[in-house]
Amino acid sequence: MNIKSRRYSKKRIRVLLAKAGLDGHDRGIKIIAMALRDAGMEVIYLGLRQTSEEIVNAALEEDVDVIGISLLSGAHNQIFPRLLKVMKTSGLKGRLLIGGGIIPKQDIAFLKKKGVAEMFTPGTNTEEIVRFIKKAVEKKI
Amino acid sequence: MIKNKRTEKIRAEKNRWIQNVLRPNLKLLPERLPVFTTVSNLLIDELLYAPSDISVLDYLKDIGFPGEYPFTRGTYPSMYRGRIWTMREFAGYGTAEETNKRFKYLLKKGQTGLSVAFDLPTLMGYDSDHPRSTGEVGRCGVAIDSLSDMERLFKDIPLDKITTSMTINAPAAVIFAMYIALAKKRGMRLSQLGGTIQNDILKEYIAQKEWIYPPRPSIRLITDTISYCVKNVPKWHPISISGYHIREAGATAVQELAFTLVDGLTYVDACIKAGMKIDEFAGRLSFFFNSHNDFFEEIAKFRAARRIWAMEIKERYRPKDFRSMQMRFHTQTAGCSLTAQQPYNNIVRTAIQALAAVLGGTQSLHTNSMDETLSLPTERAVTIALRTQQIIANESGVTNTIDPLGGSYFVEALTNKVEEEAYKYFKKIDDLGGMVEAIQQGFPQREIARSSQWYQRAIEKKEKIVVGLNEFMEEEEVIETLKIGPEIEKRQIKEVKGIRKKRNKKKWEASLERLKGAAEGKENLMPYIIDAVKAYATVGEVSNTLKGVFGEYKEPALF
Repeated sequence: MNIKSRRYSKKRIRVLLAKAGLDGHDRGIKIIAMALRDAGMEVIYLGLRQTSEEIVNAALEEDVDVIGISLLSGAHNQIFPRLLKVMKTSGLKGRLLIGGGIIPKQDIAFLKKKGVAEMFTPGTNTEEIVRFIKKAVEKKI
Repeated sequence: MIKNKRTEKIRAEKNRWIQNVLRPNLKLLPERLPVFTTVSNLLIDELLYAPSDISVLDYLKDIGFPGEYPFTRGTYPSMYRGRIWTMREFAGYGTAEETNKRFKYLLKKGQTGLSVAFDLPTLMGYDSDHPRSTGEVGRCGVAIDSLSDMERLFKDIPLDKITTSMTINAPAAVIFAMYIALAKKRGMRLSQLGGTIQNDILKEYIAQKEWIYPPRPSIRLITDTISYCVKNVPKWHPISISGYHIREAGATAVQELAFTLVDGLTYVDACIKAGMKIDEFAGRLSFFFNSHNDFFEEIAKFRAARRIWAMEIKERYRPKDFRSMQMRFHTQTAGCSLTAQQPYNNIVRTAIQALAAVLGGTQSLHTNSMDETLSLPTERAVTIALRTQQIIANESGVTNTIDPLGGSYFVEALTNKVEEEAYKYFKKIDDLGGMVEAIQQGFPQREIARSSQWYQRAIEKKEKIVVGLNEFMEEEEVIETLKIGPEIEKRQIKEVKGIRKKRNKKKWEASLERLKGAAEGKENLMPYIIDAVKAYATVGEVSNTLKGVFGEYKEPALF
C-alpha cells in the first residue's frame, strides 16, 4: 500500500446521491443512502428531480468521489448522457458515476459505453454496491 | 356468563393441549423459526388460534353483517353474489392513440372498467414540450396535454356505459375538467358519468411524490372538486384516498392502513371546514389499498379498514346516512413484491395477492402483469393478469358466499391486532398536530424509510425469503418487454404545439385570466378550470397559472 492510498483509506468516501428526471420513486435511493452511510461513507442526498446542472454543481461543491443517480421512469437514455456531458464540461470527467433503477439490459450496455461505471437493477444486494464503490474509488486514487 | 364459562374451558383445554400434546411433539420436531412474523414484521402471537383468542369480540357489535355498520364483513349486503368486483387494469403509454388501442384491447378481453395511467410530465403538470419532460413523454403512462388528447384517448368509448378511474393527483382538477368537457362535447349529462379521480395529495407528500403546490392550496383544490362533484357529477368518486403508494414506498401493512385513514379523516375535516355536511359528501369518498404477499395480514387489513373508518366517521361526525360510514375501495396487487428475477413467478404472486383482495372484499381490482418490474406490460402479460382475476371470479368458488373467512379465529384476531396497531399511529399523528403537520415534520416519510430499510436487511440476511431473489436463484431469463420509442415524444410535442396554434387565443387567454382571479379569491375553481380546458388550455398552462398564485412545494430531502 503506498502512502497516498493509506492516507486515502482514512478518508471517508464521499457520495452524492440524487434522483434525476421526474419520477418520485425514492424507496431505492433511500435504502442505498442508508446502506452506504452504514458502510462508513459520507452521503449527501440531494433529493428528487435534480437537473444535470444541479447535480454537477453539488458534486463540485461537495467534492465527492462518487455520483449515484436513481431513475425508474425510463428516461435514462436521455438523462445519463446529458449528465455526462455536463460533467465533462465542468471538469468532472472521469468522476465515478453509477446509476440504479429499472434499466433494460441493452440500455445498460449503451450507458456503460457512454461512461456510466455501473448500473444496479432491482434485487441487487446493497453490499455489492458498497464493494463496487470501494474498489472503484481505490482504483482511481 | 355461559359464554365466559365456555371460553374459560376452551382456554384451559388449549393450555392442556400445548403442555401435553404440542410440547412433547416440539421436542422431536422443533419449530422452524424462533418467531413467526408477517411480511410487515407483525408478530403472530399464537401458534394456534382458538375461540378463546377472540373472546373479546362481540359478534353483533364488532363484526355484524355485510352492508351494515361496522361493515367488517363487507361494504355491500350481497357482495360478489350480487356483482363481481370491477376488473380494472391500470393502463396507459405513449400518446392517446396507443392507449386508446390498449383500452379497447382490454375491454375486448373482458375487462369491466377503465383505469388511466398518465405519464410523469402530466402527473407533474408539465406539458410534453417542457424541458423537464425530455425523455419522459409517454414512458410511464399516456401523455395528455390538452382536451384534444382526451378526445382521442376516449375515442369510441361510451363514457356513460363504462366507469373510468384516473390516477391523477396534483393536476386532478384539470384532467377531471377535461373529462367533463369531453362528456359535454358529446352531448351527455354529467349525471351519467361514473368513475374516480385519485386526487389524493397527502399521500403524494408522504410517498408517491408527485406534487405541485403546497398542502393548503392543494387541499382547497380537493375540496373544490369534491364539492363540485357532489352537486354536478353525483355518480363520480372525487377522491381515492390511497394507501397503495405508501405501501410501495416501503410501509408496513399497519402504516399503510393508519396513514391512509388519517389522510381520509384530514380530507373529511377539510370538507366540513369548507362548509359541506358529512352526509353530502362522505358517501362519495373512496379508498385504494395495496395487496401484498402476506395473505392473512392483507385480509385483516381490509376488514380493519372498513371497521375503523365506520367507527371514526360515526363517532366524529355523527352522520345520519349509513353510506357516509361505508368504506369502498379499489385494490392493486403489490408492484413492489414482484421480482425482476424469474419474472414468471410474478404471475403466482399476483394471483395470491388478488385472492387476498377478493377475500378482503374489494370493490375493484388491478392485477399486476408479470413484466411490470421491467417495463409497462405487454399485451400478453396484461392478458394473463386479467385472466387471473377472471379465474378467481369464475373458477375458485370464493365468490359463492359473503366473507367466507369471517369468524376464522386467526383472521378475526389478526383484524383486531392490525386495528389496534393502526390506532397507535392515529395517536402519534394526533400528538404531532395532525397529518399535514406530521408530513411537514417528515414523520410518515421517516417511518416508511425505516420499515423499508428493515425489509431490505431482512432480505439480505435471509430472515425473509423471496423466491428467485435470495433463495432458489437461477440464471437470468430474458423475457420480451414493451418498448416505447423516442418518436412518441416527438409526435406528442408536435401535437401540443399544433393545438397552441389552432386554438382561439382570445378565449384561451381570458379563461386563464379568470382562473387566476378565482384562485386568488375563495370561489370553487372547477367551473373556471372547465372553461380553460374547453378553450384548449393545456395541463401545463393551467398548472402554471395556479402555481403563480399558490406557489410550489419543496420537500426536505431526508433519509
